[in-house]
Amino acid sequence: MSYWTTTKRIARYGLVGFVRNGFVSLSAILMMTIMSFMLVNIMISNAAMTATLKDLTNKVDVTVYFRTNATGDQIEQINRSLQSLPEVASVSLMTREQALADFRERHKNDQLTIQALDELGTNPLGASLEIRAKQTSQYEGIAKYLQAQQDSQSGAGVAIDKVNFYQNKTAIDRLTNIIDTSKKNGIAKTIFLAVCAVLIVLNTIRLAIYTARDEIGVMNLVGASRWYVRGPFMVAGVLYGVVSSVLVLILLYPILLYHPVLIGLDPTTELLFGNFNSFTYYTANFLLFFVVVTGTSIALGALSSYLAVRRYLRT
Amino acid sequence: MHMIYFDKVTKTYFDGAAAAVADITLGIDPGEFVSIVGHSGAGKTTLLKMLFAEVIPTEGAVFFGSRDVSKLSNGELLKLRRNIGTIFQDYRLLSTKNVYENIAFALEVAGRNDEDIAGDVPHVLDLVGLSDKIWSFPHELSGGEQQRVAIARAIVNQPDVLIADEPTGNLDPINTHDIVEILKKINDLGTTVLLTTHNKSVVDSIDRRVVTMDQGRIVRDDKEGRYSL
Repeated sequence: MSYWTTTKRIARYGLVGFVRNGFVSLSAILMMTIMSFMLVNIMISNAAMTATLKDLTNKVDVTVYFRTNATGDQIEQINRSLQSLPEVASVSLMTREQALADFRERHKNDQLTIQALDELGTNPLGASLEIRAKQTSQYEGIAKYLQAQQDSQSGAGVAIDKVNFYQNKTAIDRLTNIIDTSKKNGIAKTIFLAVCAVLIVLNTIRLAIYTARDEIGVMNLVGASRWYVRGPFMVAGVLYGVVSSVLVLILLYPILLYHPVLIGLDPTTELLFGNFNSFTYYTANFLLFFVVVTGTSIALGALSSYLAVRRYLRT
Repeated sequence: MHMIYFDKVTKTYFDGAAAAVADITLGIDPGEFVSIVGHSGAGKTTLLKMLFAEVIPTEGAVFFGSRDVSKLSNGELLKLRRNIGTIFQDYRLLSTKNVYENIAFALEVAGRNDEDIAGDVPHVLDLVGLSDKIWSFPHELSGGEQQRVAIARAIVNQPDVLIADEPTGNLDPINTHDIVEILKKINDLGTTVLLTTHNKSVVDSIDRRVVTMDQGRIVRDDKEGRYSL
């Protein structure tokens, strides 16, 4: 018997079994649909957390304020030494003139302050450097480096008036902890839910195939090869995966647009996340969702069927 | 040389348990119709299962022709099973397949092409008198009809041996008579038939070789025997 004929027959029996065992197929599809929604929840939650953490991290910085008499060379020297540090992601310079312009802009409706500034006749504001680290845990090291520069009272260090890290230290430490804990919890939650989902789907398909265990025995007895017995069940498993993933990918549009809570996404959290929108994220990354959801469902359906049939396959 | 030979075969399912089959030696020649009778638990089904290696003997060997069936490779065993038709008390049809597909399945696993299958299935259904039920599903058939489908599936590959394990156990007398007549017809066409049954009238009506088992042993072997327990 040719390979093509065997494949055709296996595919046909798989499809016929899928249709004729309608109720069993429906149960398996429903379970896989729930699993896929959990997967999507994990993907969107992780993306939202990553986006939020990135957003928050961007708001953290260390600022070095220079004395008003600091020279351009001194500031540039500090700037260059900071940029040569491996922990530093970026350094942006705010000149005295920019600082003054910003101050005037911020207080343009406060005539008293503007008047007082005008009466001074000189620019009372110093230049500053805003430093961003690659990781929040690295701010302390950068701040210590700057502090040492300031304490040495030599070279360009004498131009430093203040390093604001220690004022923000508690907030930065807390944020660093939150980020670390969230990441660890996120990984643990992902692994736990993924294991639960796989076990649920595996057992649902095992139950579906349990009902066919006698038939598997009969197929053995009439001399069917292992693949000829196993094949149709695996085809049905793949079909469960295809139907459930198509269902999920379609349903996600209205759910994410109107009721993200239906798949466990909390809309109030989304408000807290600020710029992150799950629907926009889903549509922008549809290909990723398509590959992950469809691939996982099909692989899980086929693998579950393979394992479940193996139990009843005798020589 | 016998076609089938049980050589001092013993089967014990658990350590310390009584042997289901104890030291049996039995030879069966081509074309024979052998009824194996005995009370429940006498070892009839275990003996038959050893022939297609669903049960492996604890001691001794079962030969099909010159081959020890417990030593066959997986591929050889599949070929052997395609050459042995089996029918059971509970029919064991594939419930999600219709009558045509149930019979076609046996032909497919034997590697037959679609044209042959389309010709052979109606022919064998005609032989068992079920031509009008070709597209029915098992649950739409009576017990007798289901057993006829099982027989059709068992003989469609023209096996050398047909094993019938209590095939009339769930049937009324009329269906029982019909099934026995079909088995006799199959045997007349040259297929060796091994039948286990509790039914005295069935054994007596066949009037061929009767092997009587008790507590895992053969206690009688009559060439043209009758049911005597």
